[in-house]
Amino acid sequence: MIDRTVLKEHFVKWVLVAFALSSLLFLFLIFIFILAEGLPLFLKVGVNKIIFGMKWAPTKGHFGIFPMIISSFLVTVGALIVGAPLGLSCAIYLSEYAGKRARMLLKPAIELLAGIPSVVFGFLGVIYIVPLVRNYLGGSGFSLISTSLVLGVMILPTIISISFDALVSVPRTYREGSAAMGATKWQTIYKVIIPTAKSGILASFILGMGRAIGETMAVIMIAGNALRIPTSILDPLRTLTGNIALELAYATGDHRLGLFSTGVVLMLIIMILNYIANFGIKRKIAK
Amino acid sequence: MSFRHWVILLPLVAALLSCSGPSNDRPGKKHTITIAGSTSVMPFTEKLAEHFMVDHKDFVIDVQGGGSTAGIQAVINNTVELGMSSRPLKDAERRLNTITICYDGIVVVVHPNNPISELDLDMIRQIFSGRISNWRQLGWVDRKIDAVSREEGSGTRGAFEDLVMAGKEIDDGTMVQDSNGSVKEVVATDPYAIGYISMGLVDKKVRPVAINGVAPSIRTIKSGRYKIVRPFLYVTNGELDTKPSRFVDYVLSQEGQQILRNEGLVGFYD
Repeated sequence: MIDRTVLKEHFVKWVLVAFALSSLLFLFLIFIFILAEGLPLFLKVGVNKIIFGMKWAPTKGHFGIFPMIISSFLVTVGALIVGAPLGLSCAIYLSEYAGKRARMLLKPAIELLAGIPSVVFGFLGVIYIVPLVRNYLGGSGFSLISTSLVLGVMILPTIISISFDALVSVPRTYREGSAAMGATKWQTIYKVIIPTAKSGILASFILGMGRAIGETMAVIMIAGNALRIPTSILDPLRTLTGNIALELAYATGDHRLGLFSTGVVLMLIIMILNYIANFGIKRKIAK
Repeated sequence: MSFRHWVILLPLVAALLSCSGPSNDRPGKKHTITIAGSTSVMPFTEKLAEHFMVDHKDFVIDVQGGGSTAGIQAVINNTVELGMSSRPLKDAERRLNTITICYDGIVVVVHPNNPISELDLDMIRQIFSGRISNWRQLGWVDRKIDAVSREEGSGTRGAFEDLVMAGKEIDDGTMVQDSNGSVKEVVATDPYAIGYISMGLVDKKVRPVAINGVAPSIRTIKSGRYKIVRPFLYVTNGELDTKPSRFVDYVLSQEGQQILRNEGLVGFYD
């Protein structure tokens, strides 16, 4: 009887272990698959010609994705310029000023914002932001600034929730100590709480960047997808993700491999960002 | 085995069962014709298939996209009976049979408020290659031209490059959209945009431009005066079996061609 119970326990445990490891397996398989499809072209054409190449015309043998790497970074930084101040302010309000009721209203609202599909953001961008930019700032409206605005809103939930966690995890004694020294609430926030939560806040920005750089649908709809590096905020541009999604439908042969190479570069960038963000969070916990 | 084990095992069993492929023998002995290829031809083939299946209840026609190249490849591999292509065959594909089902005009479109109603082929070439970049150069306002193109690999873009660009490259600063519909949407909302789409999709939201003095229409395409025209092809590997050829016969019949004509394409009986 005891043997059977023990056996059952073991069985359940190993089944759960197998399921738990399957997520790791999926990650590993995706990794292998993208590398297997993307690396051959790097070997054939040359890493330099792909990463620093200025011309993308895969059906004519040009696989340069440098303009897209730059464009991806530009929209990401743009999104951060829009989203970081908004998100951080919201997180500070939520953790330091908001009463129970305001919190109960704001937190689910932010979670809802995170759940809105990106195609909806893209659609709203095309219908409202693009014409606004075209009419008041010029250009076609399909531009760096429109994309940054929309992405800035899309990364808000990431920035708010992670910054909020960092801010509320600052020990109460810090606040009390600061108040005891005669500091006002705002002085306490910007002299004590923000510096203490700094690494967590930075991590939220970097994870927000990761979200922005990986965003595809909304970007394709708003960015205009031109292949040149934009010279003004009103120029259209194409990101790495946009390139893959735009051209996958018809791509065959080397063209298809070129899109996988784009995926390899994208994966590396996102891995680096995640590594930095995790490093930041770990330091916060160590403190 | 208790209930809890089944909770874990059931999804596994279900997953295993769903791995086995769909069975081929349907009740009533239906003939399945699989067609794949160009996404430009696909919507029209779907329409034709719908009408065909109304009169021929024993047929099931499965229409898939994938692009001209993928469709032709599928025909070579014998995974589909019919391929759809919106471009002529390349040299390596020449051994396949082609059936021209109709012609499609590619139309250069601008916003309805744009006063320019006519352009030379050479002007269009210069607009899309970036040499003409301001509407003032064409006698309108001092405003940048927002040219919109299609993505690399698209059949419409390929045809546009062959028929209009004549070896000149489309400028890197040109905006790119991934379907005829999106190009139309951009041109319909941006007063300073110019793009190219299938003639079948032109409606009131955009205005077609006459090229070298010839307005695009079924008549001018038929008479050969409007030059930016591509064939829509069905591609087969060798002779067709009798079943798929009944569908092709239908497409080439008066009735089938009338359906294509209603969609804005140019058929054989006009």
